Amino acid sequence: MTISALRKASPIAPASVERPATIEITRISKSYGALEVLNDCSMSIRKGEAVVVCGPSGSGKSTLLKCVNGLETFQSGSIVVDGVSVGDRNTDLTRLRSRIGMVFQHFELYPHLSVLENITLAQVKVLRRSKTEASEKGMTLLRRVGLGDKAGCHPAQLSGGQQQRVAIARALAMDPIAMLFDEPTSALDPEMIKDVLEVMTELARDGMTMMVVTHEMGFARHVADRVVFMDDGRILEDAPSSVFFAQPSTERARIFLSKILRQ
Amino acid sequence: MSYRWDWSVLVSEPYLGWLLAGLGWTLLVAGAAWVLALAVGVTVGVLRTLPNRAARTLGTAYVETFRNIPLLLQLFVWYFVLPELLPAPIGNWIKRELPLPEYWTAVIGLGLFTAARVAEQTRAGIQAIGRGQTLAAAASGLTLAQSYRYILLPIAARNVLPPLTSEFLNVVKNSSLALTIGLLELTGQSRQIESATFHGIEAFTAATLTYVVLTTAVILVLRAVERLVAIPGLMARA
Ligand SMILES: Nc1ncnc2c1ncn2[C@@H]1O[C@H](COP(=O)(O)OP(=O)(O)O)[C@@H](O)[C@H]1O
Ligand SMILES: [Mg+2]
Repeated sequence: MTISALRKASPIAPASVERPATIEITRISKSYGALEVLNDCSMSIRKGEAVVVCGPSGSGKSTLLKCVNGLETFQSGSIVVDGVSVGDRNTDLTRLRSRIGMVFQHFELYPHLSVLENITLAQVKVLRRSKTEASEKGMTLLRRVGLGDKAGCHPAQLSGGQQQRVAIARALAMDPIAMLFDEPTSALDPEMIKDVLEVMTELARDGMTMMVVTHEMGFARHVADRVVFMDDGRILEDAPSSVFFAQPSTERARIFLSKILRQ
Repeated sequence: MSYRWDWSVLVSEPYLGWLLAGLGWTLLVAGAAWVLALAVGVTVGVLRTLPNRAARTLGTAYVETFRNIPLLLQLFVWYFVLPELLPAPIGNWIKRELPLPEYWTAVIGLGLFTAARVAEQTRAGIQAIGRGQTLAAAASGLTLAQSYRYILLPIAARNVLPPLTSEFLNVVKNSSLALTIGLLELTGQSRQIESATFHGIEAFTAATLTYVVLTTAVILVLRAVERLVAIPGLMARA
């Protein structure tokens, strides 16, 4: 089944079909030397949609995600974010990146800066906001992720779950048009995963456009609008989450799901 | 063998004055060479970590050149050879008009030699940070220059403080080689005292103790700096 056929078959409200694509990935391929990492991948994420990307380790999920904000290059195909072509050599990549939030598996906070400074740095240096404005924005977001009292701490003084929520606040402070998450809970202890997922769920409910690489099938089932399944550099399935979980159309997705749900 | 000990030469004129002048030159050479070494070394170290291949090659060439030629030979090249190789007007200006030629030659020779070592520490300090923070900085829209300025260099600076401390100690000690091109720094002055008074052991002992005091002071100051900039929540380095 082609992706467009899937989309037609999906029971999405007509209003959301008409919404413009914030992220449009068209037939991109990428290889490291002889190793083909992405093979003719296409998918799109409309404004306000939350899409989960899942698949076995090494299937190319992180690479695909990093192509969206130009942290990785690709050899063919195109990615258009909010009307701007990522691969175009005339594109101002730093400007485009400042409009796309990204959250990493290992948080990647700046260890020498306080929590609040982590959140204000790019606001001040990239968006040219005043220190006061950036701090106010930072404090509002810290309170929103439940860490209003940690502004003066350094990252190493926080738990993993707290660090990841700071990282989310840091990305949100840039008022992004979309958020990319690369396994945001994979490095966390079970009891901290919930806090981070709660923040992400709230974001999705508030209408943030999200591309989320995760193995949290609860999030995929209950929060995501669609699930994209990748294996071996290819997108094998792209379906509304209810459809994906009820009847995955490929054998590989069925095997993946049964393995991951058994855990 | 009977050696007539006389420690009083060390505090009698003009020898005390000689020692103090020597100490002064040692401080001046080491201080200026260190400033030069830091400026050039950090620049070269950063070059070696840039995505641009030409920049990396340039940085590597610098390090390999200056690290692999003995410091003493480098001093001789700067002092004796370079003025002959330069176009005549410049060479002659260096030979006849450059004020304090021994001093500036020592500063440049020692500074550029040490810069190669500082560059290696800087490169290692930056590479120890890992790719994640660089990616996070890029993802937030910071330019490469901004990510060095606000993230990589401040973290790397903390990483390299301990090895840089020992480089600085090396600069203090290596400054004694300047006596070979005629600069009467601390070691040179103690040799002067020994030829003038035949009390070499006293003079060299005084010089040795002065170096020990100097290097201890450097260590204490830099340890204090390390504590001052330590990142809260991360263990202070041993
Ligand atoms: N810099 C790189 N050089 C070579 N191969 C890489 C590089 N980065 C990733 N790969 C390879 O690309 C494939 C996909 O990696 P990745 O996108 O990280 O997968 P996933 O996130 O799904 O686990 C893997 O086989 C990985 O080994
Ligand atoms: Mg990955």
